[in-house]
Amino acid sequence: MSNPTLETRNLKLGTDLKELAADVVGRAMTGGATAAECVVREGDEFSTVVRLGQVETLKESGSRAIGVRVFFGKRSASTYSSDFSRAALDRMLTSALELAKITSEDPNAGIPEFSQLGSIPGDLDLYYEDVYSLPGEERINYARLAEKTALDYDPRIKNSEGGSFDAATGYKVLANSHGFVGEFRRSYCSVAVAPIAQDEKGAMQRDYWYSVARSLARLESPEGVGKVAAERTLRRLGARRVKTAHLPVVLDPLVANSILDHIFEGVNGDSVYRGASFLAGKLGQKIAGDNVTVIDDGTMPGGFGTSPFDGEGVPTRRTIVIENGVLKSYLLNTYTARKLGLQTTANASRGLAGTPGIGPGNYFLQPGTKPPKELIAGIPEGLYVTEFLGHGVNLVTGDYSRGASGLWISGGELTYPVEEITVAGNLKEMFFNISDIASDLEFRGAVACPTLRIDGLTVGGE
Amino acid sequence: MTNRFFFQHYGLTQQDLERYLAAAVSAGGEYADLYFEYLSSTSLMVDESMVKSASQGISAGCGVRVLSDERTGYAYTDDLSPERILHAARTAALIASGPAKEPIVGFREKPARSLYPVTLPSVDAKITAKVELVMRGDAAARAFDPRIKEVRASYADELRNILVIGSDGTFAEDSQPLARMNVSCIAKTDGNSARGSAGGGGRVALDFFFAEKTPEYFAKEAARQAILQLDAREAPAGEMEVVLGPGWPGVLLHEAVGHGLEADFNRKKTSAFAGLIGKRVASEKCTVVDNGTMPWRRGSLNLDDEGQPTQETVLIENGILKGYLSDKLSSRLMGMADTGNGRRESYEHIPMPRMTNTYLLAGNDDPQDIIRSVKRGIYAVNFGGGQVDITNGKFVFSASEAYLIEDGVITAPIKGATLIGNGPDVLTRVSMVGNDLQLDEGVGTCGKDGQAVPVGVGIPTIKVDRLTVGGTAKRDMGGFMQ
Repeated sequence: MSNPTLETRNLKLGTDLKELAADVVGRAMTGGATAAECVVREGDEFSTVVRLGQVETLKESGSRAIGVRVFFGKRSASTYSSDFSRAALDRMLTSALELAKITSEDPNAGIPEFSQLGSIPGDLDLYYEDVYSLPGEERINYARLAEKTALDYDPRIKNSEGGSFDAATGYKVLANSHGFVGEFRRSYCSVAVAPIAQDEKGAMQRDYWYSVARSLARLESPEGVGKVAAERTLRRLGARRVKTAHLPVVLDPLVANSILDHIFEGVNGDSVYRGASFLAGKLGQKIAGDNVTVIDDGTMPGGFGTSPFDGEGVPTRRTIVIENGVLKSYLLNTYTARKLGLQTTANASRGLAGTPGIGPGNYFLQPGTKPPKELIAGIPEGLYVTEFLGHGVNLVTGDYSRGASGLWISGGELTYPVEEITVAGNLKEMFFNISDIASDLEFRGAVACPTLRIDGLTVGGE
Repeated sequence: MTNRFFFQHYGLTQQDLERYLAAAVSAGGEYADLYFEYLSSTSLMVDESMVKSASQGISAGCGVRVLSDERTGYAYTDDLSPERILHAARTAALIASGPAKEPIVGFREKPARSLYPVTLPSVDAKITAKVELVMRGDAAARAFDPRIKEVRASYADELRNILVIGSDGTFAEDSQPLARMNVSCIAKTDGNSARGSAGGGGRVALDFFFAEKTPEYFAKEAARQAILQLDAREAPAGEMEVVLGPGWPGVLLHEAVGHGLEADFNRKKTSAFAGLIGKRVASEKCTVVDNGTMPWRRGSLNLDDEGQPTQETVLIENGILKGYLSDKLSSRLMGMADTGNGRRESYEHIPMPRMTNTYLLAGNDDPQDIIRSVKRGIYAVNFGGGQVDITNGKFVFSASEAYLIEDGVITAPIKGATLIGNGPDVLTRVSMVGNDLQLDEGVGTCGKDGQAVPVGVGIPTIKVDRLTVGGTAKRDMGGFMQ
């Protein structure tokens, strides 16, 4: 480790980061690299938590970091720094060039082809300065109001983990040795609250609700968020246990997202080429029922998973992953596409260090036509899951076993709350056993799923 | 005073530090501190017997915190120039709204301690030696059995230099090494696959992986698990007797009681354990401690991230709840001692009470007798992660290697299953505690409020009389007799 020096003090805000990224790439090439790629990230954040009406935390800051990936033919390495001084950047480059010498020749290593690079044109509706437009006291009021609404909603709501308001903006630049230089800016704000309710025996339950948006103008009202949070928390009070049984299971949209996440991990090129996914080798085959269509779309204006190009500078696109139950496409970056003899789907995700990973754009399951209430109405007895606990999913085998809590379905209606139960099965069968899909698709993040009914699962309890 | 990393490398002086603190308390407040961090790290990964990824990086910054009653103001900068640090200090100061506090003059240095006295930190060791480790891990896993088809071996290390200064005169420096190696693999036969993984490390130098826990040790363990899982049967479902093996299954304690005993949740009365001090929360056989002072351990620290020396804290003694894990804020507000558990992920994060190494003390039972006492149940020896809802106390942890116990004998391996229970009463059902306490290999990372910190867990073999097992088997336990 070489040491930082006093030169670290010469940081100039306002340095053109595009120029800087292109310069780092140029210097890597001059240093002997055969290809190079540089990423620069800059961001700022504000967050506040109000608990029981009092400000608990106020946090405000900005930061930036730079990372470089260099290639010597088929060898590669990466380095990063939070220090932008000339000396630190020199050290970052020297280390990368040195480090690449010890890695292996990998025939598929490299940045994308020149012809694959680009940025989708037009305003993607990702950045709004208004996330910071509220004065400090107003921001605190957002958090306070969300919490107050929840606390005032019902006398059984006696405590809270706090209401919060967050705002952030981020700027990202990517440059590579094919001459690609791209940039984009995104903004984000959210309001959330986690109330705690207590029953007459003193038993406590906690739940939460939130709204997130790219523009303050689109954020749901703090009162609306507080009310939903209160209702979600209250309905958990007095939870019982149930006997072990085999019953229909309904997943509310928030937890149904996790099923989509498992499909994502299963079609992730990195798991596929290693045979570490039970979906490897299933392209063109039926892996789910006719009613299941899954899409990844990084181009949707205003989306939480939208960007003009992916982590390697490839323009984002819309990919049909599963169409009427048939696996149509894996989700890939350049490396995994080459490994599989396919084309990248522009799903490269790039952190500061290491090789690019694979991440979703706006990734969702096509909704059905029934309102969720109607979906539940068809179930004489079953489990409605509102929360999963733990990560008991094995993508190599598809084995699935998770902790759960929710509401008991009886006579087609939601009745009493239940907890301390498990839900188990195998994803291979579960995808075919999605017997009903509701109409309530709503994006509260990059991944979205409507209410789902899955049959054939084991509900474990007493 | 010790190594003075930030004085040497960033030209900081005592006067600078006094000036920054003065800015932090310029609007009053009970307490202010600055946390300087310089983190360098390396990581390597071999896949398909090729070193596909190698990276190094440096991240440095300073976080300023101001406490005023129950309020926390926080700001950070990744630019260690005086202007930016002063700006952060003035921003954090805005949480308070009173007259400026008396300026701080002079610091008291915390006594030096050395739980991880490495002479050459692994981040500064030769990269070729680290490459050798991952290549050996790959080769050993493949050599274990021809059915091992995919292997990934990785190595990561870091060195974190920190300086904490506080408006109470705190001056604390530490240099914290951390290294970890991991091997994961997939075994395949016609139509069947299974995975296994193993890893370990601690606040150790590179020679630990050559002399003590070698790549071959981790590789064989990962490969053994994958091969074993090829023949695993469906796990049972429902409540049954569960025996936990020694070591990493201590994740039970971390989830079931550890988080619920962090002081912030109890101060706010959001934990299922709030108000239970002095009450029975476990069987008499259970004594649980959190100990940040174990040499070389992943969860250990000379000083916590608020500059307080870590300690051994008894959480549960012979079944009675004795104490919480605290940081500066909660100890002041609750009028209890600071247990040195104030930790944070980085300079960008606000510290809060966190575990270090959490374990259950050994008992008197012979592990063999514990197995023999079970008529029908499961024996779980390896786990993935876990999770807890601290408010209602429900926790889960996922077994990755487990076996059926039938009439006191371990029989067939079973597929991974989630175990679920209730934190405040699961330990009351512990009827036997083995004499074989072990700590984990050094792989644990704990997440809370989006902050990840390294931790350790440990447990002897124990028997829990009733715990819900989330399997898929269509029949009750009797069905497994076949």
